[in-house]
Amino acid sequence: MIREPLIFEISDEGKRAYALPKLDIPEKKDVLQDVRTRKDIEGFPQVSEIEIVRHFTRLSQTNFCIDIGFYPLGSCTMKYNPKINEKIASFPGFSHSHPFSPEELVQGNLEILKTTEELLSEITGMDAFTLQPSAGAQGELVGMMLIRAYLEEKGDPRKIVLIPDSAHGTNPSSAHLSGYRVQEIKSNEQGTVDVEDLVRAMNDDVAALMITNPNTLGIFESDIKKICAIVHEKSGFVYMDGANMNALLGECRPGDMDVDVIHLNLHKTFSTPHGGGGPGSGPVGVKKVLDPYLPIPVIERRKDSSLYFNLDRPKSIGRVQSFYGNFLVVVKALAYILSLGPNGLKEVAEIAVLNANYLRKSLEGEYHLKYKTPTLHECVFSDKFQKEHGVQNIDIAKRLIDFGVHPPTMSFPLIVHGALMIEPTETESKKDLDLFIEAMKRISKEAQENPEVLKEAPHTSYMRRLDETKAARESVLRWRPEEKEAPQNKE
Amino acid sequence: MYPEEYHYTKDHEWIKVENDEVVVGITDFAQKQLGDVVYVELPQVGAVFEFHQSLGVIESVKAVSDIYSPLSGEVIAINEELDGSPEMVNEDPHGKGWIIRLKLRDETEIEKLMSVSDYERFLEGLED
Repeated sequence: MIREPLIFEISDEGKRAYALPKLDIPEKKDVLQDVRTRKDIEGFPQVSEIEIVRHFTRLSQTNFCIDIGFYPLGSCTMKYNPKINEKIASFPGFSHSHPFSPEELVQGNLEILKTTEELLSEITGMDAFTLQPSAGAQGELVGMMLIRAYLEEKGDPRKIVLIPDSAHGTNPSSAHLSGYRVQEIKSNEQGTVDVEDLVRAMNDDVAALMITNPNTLGIFESDIKKICAIVHEKSGFVYMDGANMNALLGECRPGDMDVDVIHLNLHKTFSTPHGGGGPGSGPVGVKKVLDPYLPIPVIERRKDSSLYFNLDRPKSIGRVQSFYGNFLVVVKALAYILSLGPNGLKEVAEIAVLNANYLRKSLEGEYHLKYKTPTLHECVFSDKFQKEHGVQNIDIAKRLIDFGVHPPTMSFPLIVHGALMIEPTETESKKDLDLFIEAMKRISKEAQENPEVLKEAPHTSYMRRLDETKAARESVLRWRPEEKEAPQNKE
Repeated sequence: MYPEEYHYTKDHEWIKVENDEVVVGITDFAQKQLGDVVYVELPQVGAVFEFHQSLGVIESVKAVSDIYSPLSGEVIAINEELDGSPEMVNEDPHGKGWIIRLKLRDETEIEKLMSVSDYERFLEGLED
């Protein structure tokens, strides 16, 4: 396959995408004399229209996305995003509404936001939601800031946040960024929180426990009520990472489990596009006690039932986003929730769990499963059996690309060495799951009979194996004109 | 493989005692588990750590892991070369890939660490 050159490399001096008509009035020079113009974009690419169209079309064809194939990325819920949601979000009343529009002209859009907040509260059993955070990790940060704001006001800021070793990797970062020291809680042999370890770690200096439920092993924390009670007894908060909410929709509610704060990922659970197709949205739900601290603006209803943005919330942690969050993402999520309804959402969770367990059962003998505890929407295999033939999880993942499948999440959670975390979601048919199972079985056979084919995989993709180590050690983050080649190391 | 005179922890750090100072690094087993190391975040000289407190972070292509202080003490030197050449942790984990040097606070803490034979037995007992 031919490597697609960088756009700078196809550049030719003087080429352009269009030509303006010849000037028929006197030319005025130096119109920009007082404006600061950039001098450092030397080497800016000069290409024709067809060249630029072909360049980006070819690049887009090298991308793998959910619209092309199965994407079983664990803990990421890469489900299909129904196109009807996009259609609705593109209605001019939504897509053309300006964030500076006066409230009275966009009552419908405010109603969308308010309704979504209320529905998310109902789905999770929380008292209030903010739709401001623009991603899951920002949601986590906001959630922890709410806890800190409450505790500081009580004159007891505390120092520690407890995080199980099976939690999402962003949790420790969010706790750290909000000024807490992170202390890890061990998992027991069943792959759930070691309650004894939690009891030992819980004290008056612990602000919160951040728990992912179901955890990154796909296992439901069945002691969750007990866990919340242990934390609450010392007046700490329980933060639940709701990124795995796809497993619980309509079945049970984190609020009823006594969780105090939760974030959701609309771009995972509620089927709005993910990654490059984003942007994301990470709403945060709270119990009443944390409501006064929610970021502004908060949408409230006047006596005449009209809606407005309340900026007068003295205890609020302030703004966390420009304007009102990622509005169109919220529109898509609301379209999804309303088109499925309560029974449909329940079915989402049930089929997601069924699909994951079908994969687990079908592959159990071929791939090592460290934790035997029943799992919900995902399962974590390891490369233990294949390692005997010198094959590692990365080789298995790379080989899957040859079968038209996006590699699963790898080497996470850290408590399973050589992890392959697989989450099929509810949007895959049995036929597609069977193709995946067949591919995984063939790979396991290849590991025994012809490991070289795995070590050199992928064979069919645009790029083969990238040198990840070199990329991380000597990052080149932007193109520069050759004569000004910058040092390639971290600056 | 593992130097006789070193002491080891369950978190796969090694220490080498030199009078009242100790050199700290991660073991060959640890570097193999991590894979190619791409960045080592080191503490500042003068920082004081309690036993098992996180004193830095190792980032590899696979994972980001804490480095735990194997003993309590004050940091008197850090391996500044790791900043430009993190691969030394992979290439020579028990030598040039050392991480920090601590001034010991309590010598009796050393006795709690594993000897080389204990560590090798510990590694054998580790499943997957």
